[in-house]
Amino acid sequence: MSITFDNVSKKYSDNCVALDQVSFIIKPNEFVSFVGPSGAGKTTLLKMLLAEDKPTEGKVSFFDTDIHTLSGEEINLVRRKIGAVFQDFRLLPNKNVYENIAFAMEAAGRPDEEIESDVPHVLELVDLGNKIWNFPGELSGGEKQRVAIARAIVNQPDIIIADEPTGNLDPANTYDIVQILKKINDLGTTVILTTHNKGVIDSIGRRVITMQDGRVIRDDIAGKYIL
Amino acid sequence: MEKTEFKTKLRRVAKAGFFNFWRSGYVSLASVLVMVVTLSVIGSAIFVSAILNITMEELRNKVDINVYLVTTSAENDILALKTKIEALPEVSSVEYTSREKALENFRLRHENDQITIQALEELGDNPLGATLNIKAKEPSQYEGIANFLNEENILSSEGEKIIDKINYFENKVAIDKLSRIINSAERLGLVLSLALVLVSIIITFNTIRLTIFISREEISVMQLVGASKNYVRGPFVVTGVLVGLFSGFITMLLFLPISYWLGGTTENFFIGFNIFSYYLSNFLQILFIVVGSGVAIGAISSFLAVRKYLKL
Repeated sequence: MSITFDNVSKKYSDNCVALDQVSFIIKPNEFVSFVGPSGAGKTTLLKMLLAEDKPTEGKVSFFDTDIHTLSGEEINLVRRKIGAVFQDFRLLPNKNVYENIAFAMEAAGRPDEEIESDVPHVLELVDLGNKIWNFPGELSGGEKQRVAIARAIVNQPDIIIADEPTGNLDPANTYDIVQILKKINDLGTTVILTTHNKGVIDSIGRRVITMQDGRVIRDDIAGKYIL
Repeated sequence: MEKTEFKTKLRRVAKAGFFNFWRSGYVSLASVLVMVVTLSVIGSAIFVSAILNITMEELRNKVDINVYLVTTSAENDILALKTKIEALPEVSSVEYTSREKALENFRLRHENDQITIQALEELGDNPLGATLNIKAKEPSQYEGIANFLNEENILSSEGEKIIDKINYFENKVAIDKLSRIINSAERLGLVLSLALVLVSIIITFNTIRLTIFISREEISVMQLVGASKNYVRGPFVVTGVLVGLFSGFITMLLFLPISYWLGGTTENFFIGFNIFSYYLSNFLQILFIVVGSGVAIGAISSFLAVRKYLKL
């Protein structure tokens, strides 16, 4: 599933420009990292992709479909093909690890038998098989992020969006998360990552789009963190 | 991708709602407590309206018109008049007391009053006339009935006047006042109960809104993983229904000792109304109203509160 940003701008009512004529294309199976200082527009860009926010100008398309012309129900269908991972994990606090992951499958309308077999399997992949009945409050930051990744990949999405997934983690957990994301990409899923972490970008060695003040200032095929 | 059946979705929503209720212990407890207060107000409104209705009914039954007939009137003339009055649409009942019965009642009433009894003995003849006791369907209708009796020149078969006196005009002031009090009390009771019920519903609604405000992040995450609006909303509505159910049953349980305790007092204070026997004899109806209101308030409040945080 290719993603196209075509001259996308986002202005807020106080004349603050979050995105300024941003254009790029992400091809299927790419691993793209967005870097830039805080306020550069990285998170706004991801919100546009998830249709959480609408652009003031321009088009955000999956293949040839402008996502912002879709109905609520159609957006839900698109979202089921995207797995999202956030810095603050965003797990459901009243559900245990199993239920958090099962919820994503239930939302996608998957039958019980599939949920019962897939959830333990995906937890093994992120090395959390022993924490299946724990609640988010009983997990460390790294474990929470691995649950979030498990939830993001359980529906075998076409795209994984990871918004500063290592922002709250120590170096060891950061390394683990990046390795998992690389593995997911190797298995054929497009990965879009935003980060502040120079080490993460340099270790991945894939395409890097650098942003500043809402604009794309650099787009390198095998980039490094340069600001 | 294989689509799940409606039944499976319903089961999942119900299960998620139940777990949500169970796992957010203190939040659920707070909602249940506030809802119990609201349902108690609704339940009390039922009791108050029953007390008002029964007391008013008793008072209404106490209002009547007595038609005193002349002592010389013949019984068949009186019975003919009785039939005529009974034919009036406003009249609910007419009771005939013959001269002999009137005398007997008089004697009974004054059995300890030797002087009166002695005076009666000296008279030799029965000085009392027969009476007709008329009850109307509504207190406001007495005037019409009294006017009818007054205007119709009611005569015996021999052409003599048979009505001696109608006591309505003497009691008119008291009856009018009572009618006004009955109407005002009913209106005031209704307005006050409605206002109280409304205020408590608003408080419950806001409590449930607060509990869902706590979950606003969760709602946005659920939508981000692609859950449909109904699938996000469903468990919250189920939780609201559970809060209503629990609160309803707790309120009904609380009413049991309270109405038992108040039973004697109400029986003495309000003419023959025992709140405990009323509670027992109307248990199913009260249960239905109290639990039904709880479920409806819980479900509607949750539905509206979640709507605020649902995007798309």
